[in-house]
Amino acid sequence: MTASSSLLLEYLPILIFLGLAAFIAVAAVVAPLLLAPRKPDKDKIAAYECGFDAFDDARGRFDVRFYLVAILFIIFDLEVAFLFPWAVSFSNIGLYGFWSMIVFLGILTIGFIYEWKKGALEWE
Amino acid sequence: MAETGFWSGYALPFLLILGYILAIVVPLLISVAFVTYFERKIFGLMQIRKGPNVVGPFGLLQPFADGLKMLMKETIVPAGANRNLFLLAPIITFTLGMIGWAVIPFDEHLVLADINVGILYLFAISSLGVYGIIIAGWASNSKYAFLGALRSAAQMVSYEVSIGFVLVTVLLCAGSLNLSEIVLAQTELWYFIPLAPMFIIFFISALAETNRTPFDLPEAEGELVAGYQVEYSSLAFTLFMLGEYANILLMSGLCVILFLGGWLAPFDIEPFTWLPGIVWFFLKTAVVMFLFTWTRATFPRYRYDQLMRLGWKVFLPISLAWVVITAGALHVFGWMP
Repeated sequence: MTASSSLLLEYLPILIFLGLAAFIAVAAVVAPLLLAPRKPDKDKIAAYECGFDAFDDARGRFDVRFYLVAILFIIFDLEVAFLFPWAVSFSNIGLYGFWSMIVFLGILTIGFIYEWKKGALEWE
Repeated sequence: MAETGFWSGYALPFLLILGYILAIVVPLLISVAFVTYFERKIFGLMQIRKGPNVVGPFGLLQPFADGLKMLMKETIVPAGANRNLFLLAPIITFTLGMIGWAVIPFDEHLVLADINVGILYLFAISSLGVYGIIIAGWASNSKYAFLGALRSAAQMVSYEVSIGFVLVTVLLCAGSLNLSEIVLAQTELWYFIPLAPMFIIFFISALAETNRTPFDLPEAEGELVAGYQVEYSSLAFTLFMLGEYANILLMSGLCVILFLGGWLAPFDIEPFTWLPGIVWFFLKTAVVMFLFTWTRATFPRYRYDQLMRLGWKVFLPISLAWVVITAGALHVFGWMP
């Protein structure tokens, strides 16, 4: 058996687990469709709303800050993704590896201070 | 060597793996059912009332009665909803809540998939969790659901960043991404002592990541009437609940593995080593789970701006700084793994 196929074999239980979990979930969604009564009427299937019928589609405009959070998240999550291999091989890379990462984090910190001062993190 | 046949080569290992998986999934689902009971009982005691006590002895059968009731309820799909996505969302949430358990080591060598990158896998699974919620919010086509899903997405990604940095500090100390090796690296000293601030940040971020009080803004009953779940009924709603609680248990388990020594006994001496490792793992997970419940019974809800400020302006700088401090300390004192 080659090394790569045994590596993939380690993930086989996860794949089967995924299949089983999805099967249980689908069964749980389908079961009430078969077992429970179904008598939908106009008011029952109306979207939950307070007072009036909804005036327009719910998928309207929303605050741009949610986009901003998502963009900031991508930057920092990528940073974390870079830190993972660095942390695991930390004992092998010596002082050079340590200072390289400090420089990288320093540059990111400057960006972080900039967005803090810009008010990108404010939610008044 | 003889060619392996279909039966011994494929079917038997498959059935064996399926058996192991069922040995995880069935106790997990039963635990989730009893966690809801446990939680309601604790709320009852903390508020000086009795909690569920009618169905079965001490109300122990309450979760099963609830499940059966949900099974017999009509699945209502709102008129404006996107039907397929609407039904897909709880399936995603539930499935993701389950499959994280594939890599959790319950005891030494007692793990379904002992993959090299266990932590990375869990990090990825918890990142995917946001999809179930955002699909639910969008597919419902209801204002409350939509707002709840947006809030939830922003909240989960915000706290995921600090969880990521916390994981990196643990990795620096353990020197491995494999969960079993991280536990074994704590034989001498559990990481919640040297990494105490990270332990606290991880616990609070886990509360935010799983949308628990005091960070349960996505479902805030008072303003958003349960947020992304508002249009759900029947077992589709139950799947959200099951997925959510499976996630909370997973986070408790992860907390135990990363900081509280996993299956290791607190002291490596006689009376403590009598209990097998798996019992220690469950006891510790139950304690962390109790902390989750205790928090919910005690603290009022945060405001959204406070929540985002805590995530981005407090936890992020502290955990980032702690990564540098940990790395520096390991270097200076030569504590490299």
